[in-house]
Amino acid sequence: MSDSEHLLEVNDLHVEFRLRDGIAKAINGVSFYLDERETLAILGESGSGKSVTAQAIMGILDSPPGFVTGGEVLFQGTDLEKLSPKARAKYRGPKLSMIFQDALSSLNPVFPVGWQIAEMFRVHQHMNRSDALAKAITLMEKVKIPAAKERVRAYPHQFSGGMRQRIMIAMAIALDPWLLIADEPTTALDVTVQAQIMDLLKELQEESGMGLILITHDLGVVASVADRIAVMYAGRIVESSDIRPLYANPLHPYTKGLLESVPRLDQKGQDLLAIGGLPPNLLAMPAGCPFNPRCRYAFDKCRAGEPPASEEIEPGRTAACYLAGRLEGAHA
Amino acid sequence: MTDLTDMNKESESQARIADAMTAPSLGIEEPQPTIPADALEDPAPQPVPDLQTVSEERSLMQDAWITMRSRPLFWISAALIFVFLLMAAFPQLFVFSGRTPDWSDLDKARMGPDSVAIFGYDLQGQDIYVRTIYGARASILVGVCTALGAAVIGVVLGTLGGFIGRFLDTLLSRTADVFFAIPLLLGGILIMYTFRTTAESPYFVVVFKVVMALSVLGWPNVYRLMRSSVMQVKPSEYVMAAKALGANPLRIIGSHIIPNAIAPVIVVSTIDLGSYIATEATLSYLGIGLQAPAISWGIAISDASAIGYVRNAPHMLLFPSLFLSLTVLAFIMMGEVVRDAMDPKLR
Repeated sequence: MSDSEHLLEVNDLHVEFRLRDGIAKAINGVSFYLDERETLAILGESGSGKSVTAQAIMGILDSPPGFVTGGEVLFQGTDLEKLSPKARAKYRGPKLSMIFQDALSSLNPVFPVGWQIAEMFRVHQHMNRSDALAKAITLMEKVKIPAAKERVRAYPHQFSGGMRQRIMIAMAIALDPWLLIADEPTTALDVTVQAQIMDLLKELQEESGMGLILITHDLGVVASVADRIAVMYAGRIVESSDIRPLYANPLHPYTKGLLESVPRLDQKGQDLLAIGGLPPNLLAMPAGCPFNPRCRYAFDKCRAGEPPASEEIEPGRTAACYLAGRLEGAHA
Repeated sequence: MTDLTDMNKESESQARIADAMTAPSLGIEEPQPTIPADALEDPAPQPVPDLQTVSEERSLMQDAWITMRSRPLFWISAALIFVFLLMAAFPQLFVFSGRTPDWSDLDKARMGPDSVAIFGYDLQGQDIYVRTIYGARASILVGVCTALGAAVIGVVLGTLGGFIGRFLDTLLSRTADVFFAIPLLLGGILIMYTFRTTAESPYFVVVFKVVMALSVLGWPNVYRLMRSSVMQVKPSEYVMAAKALGANPLRIIGSHIIPNAIAPVIVVSTIDLGSYIATEATLSYLGIGLQAPAISWGIAISDASAIGYVRNAPHMLLFPSLFLSLTVLAFIMMGEVVRDAMDPKLR
């Protein structure tokens, strides 16, 4: 691996779903990169293509109907899209790993959790049953499950939501992956447990130096853990930025709307600000910028032709908007 | 501190599981009641001594077991099945007179029960009690083997059809429909008539033929269930998670799809087992299933139901029929109990 290479580099990724009603273009030219020890947050509302991006990177898109129609996914310099399904499967587990939103449904209900963690070692490292189980207990301790030794034979439904997510994390980091994708890991959890899980992920990352992609729609979660942030809308990254400047000065109207819609304690009693309208139908995208029907800054150029391309506005910050960086001055 | 809160949630959820013995928690987070400060010192108070073992390791099967063992119907059918299985394996255990099934005394033909032959004598003067006991083997063997055979064919094909889908699924499903359209008994008669057995055919060959005939006709039942249940399990998140963590398709099928999809098959196979036993008896009754010298309840019923015998020597018909009905009933009852235990939706 040469110095210039990123751990993961996604270039111009396109994904479409071929449905009976037509072709839904879920991802339209997404590009980003991630280095070791770095945390990238992918932010967006439901249906913006966050999870599909993650599944495309992992190579676990349901196909059909989902197809990767273009772009490359470079992992340590290897284009995963060019690998055979078999070769690609070898990356999942030891190199790339993923955790999901609902840890109860992500764990197999008919097997004890210890068995499921141990399976990782038995499949990938051909370890025998008792060694694998011992490793599973160590891992359960690592993700801070109390009384791991006793609980190793319990079933998923016997754990609370936070504990289940810890088990899922234990499975995901079992083989020391280089990259962990966390697809809304805390959405199903209450706020205190959310913080614990994020702390745990952060701690594990510091220990192993893995790259972390955090998919979320929660701006609060992002602020505390991410180094960089990519905001997705209708299958495009509309803004990507280091974490601090984004909160201070959003470049894209969508990001600005998102930040304004966060409930604030110092504005108690006032109406919440919301972005009007709905995300576009992927089967019938508006002409021009996909955000234009909901954008209060939109002008004629936004409503016709191709969507605006992503451009570097400041060092380390890109945005796909004609008005990027000039939002304050634009007529609202 | 963060761990303590979680540990409290754990003991809380344990208590909740103990309360709701019957259903696995569906992951719906109930509002957590505030826990008094002194509870933090002792995070796992255990009021009931065996709570630990009950709440610690319960799978679907164990859950089902806990539900089943509280039902009298389960114990009745289990006892009956146990007795019949024992009878099939070791008929000698049940014969106290020392007579073999081949023993006969023509002087006693069609005589009613006496102190030795408590069920009386049949046409050939053979001891009906002994013959009935020895007849269990054929019924149980055919029933169990057919249920297993149909389950294996159905599970394998159903998994393939449901998991791979597309053309293979269409092909298998339409084939299953064709077999499904043939009534079990009619198809059995047709197959057994085409591949006829004679009195000289070895016992196991005849049994094997009946088993094959009924399995070939019985698998679509299992196939349909397995296919739909695999299709239900396939898009679940744990299958996606397993994929994301590097499991290959074989492992996904073996450890994630089949274990989660098999429950309805177990239920239906148990219920079907009873009907296979009845069908075997019917085929033997019609003279195309098992044949003498093989001993089977079907043959005995057939022999006893000629005109005149039913009125003059009803015991010849009564006892084999009674055993046959009891066996079929036992398996169907067991199937019902298992269904109630494994399918919480029906509760």
